[in-house]
Amino acid sequence: MFEPLKPIPPGRRAVLGVLFFALFFAAWAGATYGGLVKPLFLADPLKTLNAGVTLFVEFGFAKDIVMTIWRVVGGFVIAAAIGVPLGIAMGAFKPVEAFFEPFISFARYLPASAFIPLLILWAGIGESQKLALIFIGSFFQIVLMVAVTVGATRMDMVEAAYTLGADRISIVRRVILPGSAPQIAETLRLVLGWAWTYVIVAELIGASSGIGHMIMDSQRLLDTGQMIFGIVVIGLIGLVSDFLFKTLNERLFPWNLAR
Amino acid sequence: MSRLKIEGVARVFPGVRKGPPTQALQPTDLEVADNDFIAILGPSGCGKSTLLRIVAGLDQPSAGRVLLDGEPITSPGPDRGMVFQSYTLFPWLSVRDNIAFGLRERGVPEAEQEAVVRRYVERTGLEGFENHYPRMLSGGMQQRTALARALANDPAILLLDEPFGALDNQTRALMQELLLGIWEADRKTVLFVTHDIDEAIFMANRVAVMSARPGRIKTELRIELPHPRHYRMKTTPEFAAYKARLTEEIREESIRAATMQP
Repeated sequence: MFEPLKPIPPGRRAVLGVLFFALFFAAWAGATYGGLVKPLFLADPLKTLNAGVTLFVEFGFAKDIVMTIWRVVGGFVIAAAIGVPLGIAMGAFKPVEAFFEPFISFARYLPASAFIPLLILWAGIGESQKLALIFIGSFFQIVLMVAVTVGATRMDMVEAAYTLGADRISIVRRVILPGSAPQIAETLRLVLGWAWTYVIVAELIGASSGIGHMIMDSQRLLDTGQMIFGIVVIGLIGLVSDFLFKTLNERLFPWNLAR
Repeated sequence: MSRLKIEGVARVFPGVRKGPPTQALQPTDLEVADNDFIAILGPSGCGKSTLLRIVAGLDQPSAGRVLLDGEPITSPGPDRGMVFQSYTLFPWLSVRDNIAFGLRERGVPEAEQEAVVRRYVERTGLEGFENHYPRMLSGGMQQRTALARALANDPAILLLDEPFGALDNQTRALMQELLLGIWEADRKTVLFVTHDIDEAIFMANRVAVMSARPGRIKTELRIELPHPRHYRMKTTPEFAAYKARLTEEIREESIRAATMQP
């Protein structure tokens, strides 16, 4: 059963995956209904669900969700729109890489959340501050990861294209870009996941809407049910966006999976 | 008439980490006539691939020059089609689009592209695989496609860098016959690099034997076996005589290569 790297049948895989969720809920229910944890610190599953219903029905939580998604997508799209072309230019052309790489490698380690006070100073507490934070959190990662992907283009494939008559523009357009596209899409999927953590941080401070703002509000009211529900919603949206991205990638790049 | 002329081509690679430079190729001359099939035979590391890469324009000689139809070669171009030992098909393109890569580059009309692709799909035995992606193909099928891709461009000369080196013996034998059949049909000028003596004798009209590193062409041997050649030819006494002779030549170089100081 525990042979290294041995695949398991899909049926058993699904069962095991669901099993963990079941155990998780069972432990949660056991801890709360069994009185092991005070309700003040951890709401029980039913209460959490009820809190969720209340949030949607009475407090317009759907609007918060839409706000949050809008911010993530907005900041992420801006970061990708600039970061992907720059990353491609860096990966394909070594002088461009030599020019930008040292700074971007440094900037990548600047923690995005540490910029919040500055960003509030520069951009207030409006939408542009939230977008800016997500941009800072995603941009440098995208640039570097795309540059590495593009730079790893197989040289013998480039040479083959040259012997078939390709010029420099064709090498980029017909070899480097299509060859790197799946990995670039994979990078975007990964960074989108990180963007989700930044948006919540942005909304915890100085926001009047969004999932993070709701969680902050609920803390003031000590409503652990709502807080947990908010966190679970973030997880679910992340799961769904990840799934959509994956499906899209498989559709766009069938050759990458062909066996 | 000579189509390709290699004149005093040498290659020195700069030293790594302040080490001494490496001479990969001593000044080498070779003339390739139209419709010739020349095999460059040598032990590993003798610089035979370097020589071929210089002809392709993928590497620059440290001295000397290469002329194709009288014109010096400075960069790669579609007049010198190449098949590599590694699998270099574009994985995102189907077999059809891989073969049409060079045609699309030149802006050949769609209908004509389709006709050329069909012709080379037939000649390389790829019927039914036109829509497959390279990942779905065996190594032999991938090299057939690579051969079709190079031929579809109708190059003046075909450069083959151990194209069957990574294939198993049976597949390799079939590929040799396939390539030979194509050559016998239209006599395209071929420069074929290999370390396999049987392969060199079976395919080529002329075998150029290279010395151990730093390589140079030390012997040229004309192979007077009649065409069309058949795989059974490999067991004839004539074939064996060529093999005995080349084995001696190569063995000497292999021993020198194996005992050489780094």
